[in-house]
Amino acid sequence: MSKQVMLAASAVAVLMSCTVNAATEIQWWHAMGGSLGDKVNEIAEGYNATQDQFVVKPVFKGSYPETMTGAIAAFRAKQQPHIVQVYEVGTATMMSADKAIYPVHQLMNDSKEKFDPTAFLPSVTGYYTANSGEMLSMPFNSSTPVLYYNKSMFEKAGLSDADAPKTWNDLELVATKLLASGAQCGFTTGYQSWVQLENFAARHNVAFASNDNGFGGLDTELLVNNKAFVDHISKLEQWSKTGAFKYGGRASDAASLFYSGECAMYMNSSASYAGIKENMPNTEFGVSELPYWPSVIEQPQNSIIGGASLWVLQGHPKQDYEGVAEFFSYLSSAKVQADWHQFTGYLPITQDAFELTESQNFYQENPGTRIAIEQMTAVTPTKNSKGLRLGNFVQIRDVVDEELEQVWSGKQSAQQALDAVTARSNELLKNFERVNSKS
Amino acid sequence: MNNASFGHKWLPIGLLAPQLVITLVFFIWPAAQALFQSLQMEDAFGLSTEFVGMENFVSLFMDRLYFESMFSTLVFSFSVAIIAMASALFLAVLAQRVIRGGGIYKTFLIWPYAVAPVIAGVLWLFLLNPSIGVLAHLLAALGINWNPLLNASDAMWMVVLAATWKQISYNFLFFLAGMQAVNKSLIEAAAIDGAGPWRRFWTIVFPLLSPTSFFLLVVNLVYAFFDTFGVIHAMTQGGPGTSTSILVYKVYSDGFIGLNLGASAAQSVVLMALVGVLTVIQFKYVEKRVAY
Repeated sequence: MSKQVMLAASAVAVLMSCTVNAATEIQWWHAMGGSLGDKVNEIAEGYNATQDQFVVKPVFKGSYPETMTGAIAAFRAKQQPHIVQVYEVGTATMMSADKAIYPVHQLMNDSKEKFDPTAFLPSVTGYYTANSGEMLSMPFNSSTPVLYYNKSMFEKAGLSDADAPKTWNDLELVATKLLASGAQCGFTTGYQSWVQLENFAARHNVAFASNDNGFGGLDTELLVNNKAFVDHISKLEQWSKTGAFKYGGRASDAASLFYSGECAMYMNSSASYAGIKENMPNTEFGVSELPYWPSVIEQPQNSIIGGASLWVLQGHPKQDYEGVAEFFSYLSSAKVQADWHQFTGYLPITQDAFELTESQNFYQENPGTRIAIEQMTAVTPTKNSKGLRLGNFVQIRDVVDEELEQVWSGKQSAQQALDAVTARSNELLKNFERVNSKS
Repeated sequence: MNNASFGHKWLPIGLLAPQLVITLVFFIWPAAQALFQSLQMEDAFGLSTEFVGMENFVSLFMDRLYFESMFSTLVFSFSVAIIAMASALFLAVLAQRVIRGGGIYKTFLIWPYAVAPVIAGVLWLFLLNPSIGVLAHLLAALGINWNPLLNASDAMWMVVLAATWKQISYNFLFFLAGMQAVNKSLIEAAAIDGAGPWRRFWTIVFPLLSPTSFFLLVVNLVYAFFDTFGVIHAMTQGGPGTSTSILVYKVYSDGFIGLNLGASAAQSVVLMALVGVLTVIQFKYVEKRVAY
């Protein structure tokens, strides 16, 4: 009953504020639940308080796929929001729908909003930038994979922070010592496609797909059945037999292996930091960069991002988009970005936000949070480490999961699995090219 | 049979209208839409559409994985149907014999039916997750190497278990009602003739339950085919490999995650045809030929 009263009261309040201000409403559909969702609301409120012309209204739409398919269905019904948060694997789908999207660089230009693309971190925006250098969507929550390790399990094996593995060779030694000290498993990984193949490619400056990882056009094919990938997956397969590596499931399901102290090391998003802290309140853990193979590359390249960006959809009155542009300026301001970065563990998207965070001593007080940024920005991204733009990418990741699981269970070899991944993904890519090349 | 007649033509139509409208809007229209979509290829936003005839179906039936998925669906559905019916029958027999507190037992047994499939999936996942699950630890203590993340048959057992658990209640209700409808005098007569409870059940009660059983078989198969999507989604997402990717889950992942509407629609048309066949079997064969 009280809920109804509250609803009614808030409805009245909304109506009143509308009649008083006649502010234009800007719909922002997002996939941030829980405390992240509260933060999103806080950002919108922060912007709404700065002016009275526009009201940004965040709407939580569920998971990433739900948010994206929801927005697409809404577009088909001509009910689309102004802004929608889309995960990185949806990038090619959004980009190809050029009649549906309003590229950010164009939006900022049309609304004469001050916009300096060079203020952004290139390794973050690269993923969402066209080959011509124009930014298509606004990066929002970006993260990159890092290596977490359990300090007390390290100690038990006679290892210190200095032993945190830099290369995969180091990691093999560390894992052996851990197993000898009684650990059940050396390491596990979240998002195996993203961490062990996509980021593996970027970090070793190896092409994941043709056409500059798909940035160059739609007639792209995967290149993951090449030697470097096969060697890496074969090695993981060997390790899965000795216990050095243990498969913990799709997406971030492997986290429980790390939380429970079964595995001493865990590779996943830099944004997993908060979750680990919450789930391991009495265990100290360290963060280090994603390992590389010195036999493949002497100095590792940057890793690539995951997460999501904000896309603007067409079909609203011109005046609305001025509000969207203004909101994007607010969103990318150093203050808002630094706060978002520190609260969530996602990467800052501008240099200013990074510097502000540093001047606030955040990295000193929270050791390990800086690693991801260093790993992203240490070197200039190459065409192999700028990102990936693949049609039907969501399904491609599923294909990778399906085929690699059969490697870990011993049903097929690394070569067989990666050949299958390539063949099946190329079908999906061809399909995507066919339905999207005409629009 | 008498033909009842109405004075006006419009009265019967008017009386039927609500049901007709519902059928039209919620069944016929989406079904037609699926048929239409299955003949097209389209990008996610619907900006370009191409009529491709039977091509979606051709590529579906050229796909080895589709047949694998069909096979997993059959294994899954029959396992669910048979286990759910057998355990429900067993429970119904026991529940009927309980004299004190029977109502409470019955209520508890019906309870799981109210649980949404996704929740059922999550519940069992917590119990059976190899690193945090209580039951998984128990299995490990017994020396069983339980790993549904990599072992296809473990994963299949896990989803069958969750899907079955949810369906037992429904079957239980029908079996209980079916047994209560059995004429008491038949059982009493058999008892007087010296037949024990075991014999009485198999020679009298069980055959008399056959219409209920056949009805439930069809209902359970349809349930396993369609309503178990949430269980799969919450527990395995079709893995490991594609071992638990049943047809309805594939429709979802291709259509709603992959945004490939043509392929997804073609799969739903195939499913629609399968249900059609099941329904025909139920009406033509089962309803007429079940012997009393």
